[in-house]
Amino acid sequence: MKSKSKDKQIILCVQNLKKYFPIRRGFFQKIAGWVKAVDDVSLEIEQGKTLGLVGESGCGKTTVARLILKLLEPDHGKIIFRGIDIGEFTEKDMKPLRKEIQIVFQDPFGSLNPRMTTGLSIEEGLRILGIKRGEKRKERLEKLLKMVGMSPDSADRYPHEFSGGQRQRICIARALSVDPSLVVCDEPISALDVSIQAQIINLLKDLQDRLGLSYLFISHDLNVVSYLCSTISVMYKGQIMESAPAEELFENPCHPYTLSLLSAIPDPVPGKRHKIKLLEPDLYDYPMTSKGCRFQGRCPIEEPRCLEENIGFEKVGEKHFARCWKAANK
Amino acid sequence: MTDNKSLISVQDLKVYFRSGHDCARAVDGISFEIRQEETVCLVGESGCGKTVSALSILGLIPTPPGEIAGGRILFQGKNLLELDEEDMQKIRGNRIAMVFQEPLTSLNPVFNIEDQIGEAIRIHKNIWAGELRDRCIKLLKDVGIPSPVQRLKDYPHQLSGGQRQRVMIAMALACDPDLIIADEPTTALDVTVQAQILQLLKSIQKTRSMSVLYITHDLGVVANIADRVYVMYSGIVTEQGNTAQIFDDARHPYTQGLLASLPSRSKRGKRLFSIPGTVPNPAYKPEGCPFHPRCPHAIPICGKKYPKMCDYGQAHLARCPVLFEGETDANK
Repeated sequence: MKSKSKDKQIILCVQNLKKYFPIRRGFFQKIAGWVKAVDDVSLEIEQGKTLGLVGESGCGKTTVARLILKLLEPDHGKIIFRGIDIGEFTEKDMKPLRKEIQIVFQDPFGSLNPRMTTGLSIEEGLRILGIKRGEKRKERLEKLLKMVGMSPDSADRYPHEFSGGQRQRICIARALSVDPSLVVCDEPISALDVSIQAQIINLLKDLQDRLGLSYLFISHDLNVVSYLCSTISVMYKGQIMESAPAEELFENPCHPYTLSLLSAIPDPVPGKRHKIKLLEPDLYDYPMTSKGCRFQGRCPIEEPRCLEENIGFEKVGEKHFARCWKAANK
Repeated sequence: MTDNKSLISVQDLKVYFRSGHDCARAVDGISFEIRQEETVCLVGESGCGKTVSALSILGLIPTPPGEIAGGRILFQGKNLLELDEEDMQKIRGNRIAMVFQEPLTSLNPVFNIEDQIGEAIRIHKNIWAGELRDRCIKLLKDVGIPSPVQRLKDYPHQLSGGQRQRVMIAMALACDPDLIIADEPTTALDVTVQAQILQLLKSIQKTRSMSVLYITHDLGVVANIADRVYVMYSGIVTEQGNTAQIFDDARHPYTQGLLASLPSRSKRGKRLFSIPGTVPNPAYKPEGCPFHPRCPHAIPICGKKYPKMCDYGQAHLARCPVLFEGETDANK
């Protein structure tokens, strides 16, 4: 609607986002340093598409999600949602926008209130935002449950009566209750069983087709991301290392970290015992304060200048960006 | 590798957990065998009895509520279920060692690395303190921890997740066991670290000629490391065979479903196959074949009769007579 270009509507655009957490030491809790949890991250999500954010644990994926939802205040950078910069919005300004951006958490066992019935959990958003009342709200609730493949009578039951997969369906129904346009999925399937994962992936895909949702899909499982996402951003220690359309990223990875990540995917094909480009074990205790490339010390093609200079996020192809000197020459 | 002799053989093992009037049949008559120098994978979803099977090999099932209701576990000719605690003590950590899933919770936070690795050696071997230290250093070196001498006095919280899992492996290797049971050792780790740990396990197995029982739910990992695979569902083995047989020629509808439901790049744009329904509660298992309520090939008899193992030749067995076209009396 308010997006500038017509051919591809950008629903969310994150520019140079930064979030530093202080490290406090000593009796007076003096700030001894900063953890650069998110450092200069830029993302773009098109309307109705899925952006995959991958990286190892502790690389800042979830912090990015929390910043986008404004559960954390960014230190620097813009979060442009439908053409409006919400980066500086206060809690009050955010309220009407809350229903546009919703989240599905990783652990369906921890993210549902055990004392609330499923129905109460799902309608909580409607209640707070004052959308639909009485009979209409009930209708909406039934419709939501049906949409995620649950029977309407589960509304009166409690979370402990459901399996992990069903609980994740409830979490999805809760996120969708207020008709969002962007759903942040923070590792929505990693806590589920293998045979249930496919059900949830299919559900997310169906809902996207039906409701035109956009997803920010955070995961460490590259097989899932390669199946589901149209664009993939690879994150490492607070920075995006490479970003490209999914096919392009797998066919033509430019950053050495992406390469090692892709070669480490356990491929369910026997006999294809792949040649793993083993990374050096990470011996550093987060060199967050040091200069240069974040991948230093583990990079197979490291040069002296990698330790000194900061590297920009450069274009290497159509919609393909990488943070490496050598990526552009490939 | 096939002519190696059997190291451990589990026969018709049954482990039940009672609470009140309910009886959860966590492991309901499984049999498997691990030969020398072989990597065997137990694959299955949570609650299918993989971990319980492993714990019962080591006699670590909490009784009550657990109880071993039947079966035999033959290790080097001895039935482990008949040994008393003292004899079991000599095997546990010495001949059979275990690597647990979550290294942070399985390491003791108040003891340093040297104490924890040395513990098993102190208990099982009669050696000097100085020699003990050398052995710990050598073990840390073997599992690829840099500057092991400095690391000895470190505590678990000072190590990264991958390093902790390496320490766990070093602890398991301490007494040079014949069998290592690895219970989802890489589930809590990142893919790049997982690849390192898998490679480490493979190389250690080769140099020390051990057997490994690897428990996982990740079929990608199985394809990478296993020689033979047992697929478990709801307390029973549904299919067994070598890795190629399981992945390229799966005969049980559950295995077929699992493989078809794996997301991958080549399936982009297509709808993923998904197995409908959920895993049954071990206390209320369906009659007959436990998989039949979710099975696309189920026929009425599946809900009545416990299915037989059908032999597809070359040690490839699947517990589904419906899809079997050879000769068996259960094939109706």
